[in-house]
Amino acid sequence: MSLILTPNIPTPDDFYEKLIETHRGLTDEQSRDVNCKLVLLLANHIGDLPVLEQALAVARDGYE
Amino acid sequence: MLQTYSYPEFPYVQPPEQASGQLVRKTAVVVGAGPIGLTTALDFASRGIPVVVLDDNNTVSIGSRAVCYAKRPLEVWDRLGCADRMVDKGVSWKIGKVFRDEEQVYQFDLLPEADHKYPAFINLQQYYLEEYLLDRAKDFGDLIDIRWKNKVVSLKNNADHVRLSIETPDGIYDMEADWMVACDGAKSDIRSMIGAEFTGQFFQDRFLIADVVMKADFPAERWFWFNPPFHRNQSVLLHMEADNVWRIDFQLGWDCDPDEEKKPEKVIPRLKAMLGEDAEFELEWVSVYQFACRRMKSFRFGRLFFAGDAAHQVSPFGARGANTGVQDSDNLGWKLKLVIDGLAPDSLLDSYNAERIYAADDNLKNSTRSTDFISPKSPVSKAFRDAVLDLANRHSFARPLVNSGRLSSPTPYAVSPLNTPDSDSFAGKMLPGTNCADAPVRVNGADGWLLNQLGDGFTALYFSADGSVPADLAALAGAPVPVKTIVVGGGLEDVKGLVTERYDGTPGTVYLIRPDQHVAARFRHFDAARFSAALNTALGKN
Repeated sequence: MSLILTPNIPTPDDFYEKLIETHRGLTDEQSRDVNCKLVLLLANHIGDLPVLEQALAVARDGYE
Repeated sequence: MLQTYSYPEFPYVQPPEQASGQLVRKTAVVVGAGPIGLTTALDFASRGIPVVVLDDNNTVSIGSRAVCYAKRPLEVWDRLGCADRMVDKGVSWKIGKVFRDEEQVYQFDLLPEADHKYPAFINLQQYYLEEYLLDRAKDFGDLIDIRWKNKVVSLKNNADHVRLSIETPDGIYDMEADWMVACDGAKSDIRSMIGAEFTGQFFQDRFLIADVVMKADFPAERWFWFNPPFHRNQSVLLHMEADNVWRIDFQLGWDCDPDEEKKPEKVIPRLKAMLGEDAEFELEWVSVYQFACRRMKSFRFGRLFFAGDAAHQVSPFGARGANTGVQDSDNLGWKLKLVIDGLAPDSLLDSYNAERIYAADDNLKNSTRSTDFISPKSPVSKAFRDAVLDLANRHSFARPLVNSGRLSSPTPYAVSPLNTPDSDSFAGKMLPGTNCADAPVRVNGADGWLLNQLGDGFTALYFSADGSVPADLAALAGAPVPVKTIVVGGGLEDVKGLVTERYDGTPGTVYLIRPDQHVAARFRHFDAARFSAALNTALGKN
C-alpha cells in the first residue's frame, strides 16, 4: 500500500470543520499538544511504516 | 558517608622488568582492570594466553557505577567460571515499571521465556563484580599478571608489536606486547595516544547518581518516573542493589552546577522529597554524569584492539555499556588464540571489528532513541514525548512508544563474514550469527544446561534419532581445530524438549557453534564438505 494522495474523505468540509473546532479555545501550546496526540493516534491507526514514512516526507517537503 | 563495602587496596609490586632493566616482549597486554579488562584477561587466560593487566589505580570501582548486568554477560562469566557468585550476591529482577506523575503508564517483563540458567538481569555494585573477577583471576596463577599503579604514558603501535612506556611509583619502564587490548574506559588514554577519535553525539543533560543505604519496601524492579511529584519536569530511576543499597538517578538538566549538585546538602533534600521527610537513609556515594552516544571508527589498529567504553560509549538507559563490553571480550579471545596458534589467518581478527562495530551501532541506535525520549532536545520533541505519556495512561497503543531505556540484549551478528547463510529451511530464532539460547538438559544422569555443554571451543550440536553420529562428524574432534560433537538424543537428554524446540531440531540437524557460543552455520543433514567449508568460513579463511 502507498500513501493516498487523492481525495479520500467523503465529506471534506465536515472533517475540516471538526478539525478546526477541535482546536477552538486552546492556546497555541495546547493546540500543539493536541496535534501531537492526533499524529500519534492516526499513525497507530495506519500502522504501516512505509506509508507513515511517505506521509512524513510529504509533510516535510519544502522545508530545508 | 556510610560504607557498606570496604574497598580493598591492592599492593603495588615493582615489575621485575623495571628492577632488572630488561625489555621483555609479552604475548598480551590489557590496559584497565575494570569489568571489561578483567573479563578479557580471564578469557585469554582460560584459553592459555598469558596476559599482563595494567591499571593506574589500586582498588576496585568506587560506587555502584554499571550496576545492571544482563543474562548474556552472565553466561559469558559462567563460561569463565565466576557467574554464580554474582547471581548469589546480586538482586535478580525482570519487571520494569514506568510512572508518569503519580500513575503507572507502562510495565515490561524482560524474560517471558522460562528455562534459562541465568536471570534476565541482576543488579550488583560494580565493586563486587570486579572483586569476583579478580578472585577468579587468582585461579589462573601466573597466566594473569595484574600490575596495580602501572600507568601507560606512551605507546608506539608497530606492525608486529606494541611498545609501551609505563609509569610506576618507581619510575618509567618499557614493555613490548605482541597483542594489546585497551579497556581503559570512555576517557581512554590509549585512544588519545594513537590519535583516534570518538564520533557521535554528546547530550546536553546531566544526571545525579546516588547510592543510598536504607531499609525500603520497594520491590526488586526497575522503576522509572517521568515528571514525578518529587522531582518535577525531570525523570528519576530507582534500582535495588545488594546490601540494602539503592541506586537512584535524578535527571538534572543542563543548567545545573555538577559540583554543587554532588554536595550532600543538595542531594539529601532531593532524596527526602522522594522517600519522605521521615525516611531513614544514609548516602554512600554520589556522582554527576553527562552522557554521550559515540564510538571509534575502528576497534582494531593492527596489534592493538579497543574494547568496552574505550571503543564505544552509550547513554546509561538500557544498561548497554558494561554488558556490550563483556561481549567484546567474548568475541575477541577465541579469535586471538586461533591466530596466535597459527590455526586461523589474521583476517579472523578483522571480524572482531566487523561484528563488534555492528553490535555497537545497534547499542548506539537504541540508547540514542531512549535518550531522545528521556531528554528531548527540542520543544516539539518534548511535546511528542508528553503526548505519548498522556495517551499511554489511557490507551494501550501508546505504551510501546514509552521509552525509558530498551534494556541490553545481545545483538545477533546478522551480516558477519563468519556466518554461513542458511541453505536449508529453519524456524525459530537461531539464525547464523545469533548467540545460542540456553535450555535445560541432562547429561550422564545429572541435570545441567545446554550452554555449559557447549564449552569454549567449536561445537557441533547434532540431533540424532537413535543416538548415533556420522563418523566424519565424530572424527572432527581430532582435527587441528577440534570440533566437539554433542548429541541431542544421544549423550545429551533434552529433558523438556526445549533444545529441539529452540533450535528447530529434526533428526540429522546439525549446528556449527563458535567458541563464543554463537551459531556459525546449520544444516538439516550433515555433509562433511559443507560442514568443513562452514568451519573455514568461521575461521575467517574466506
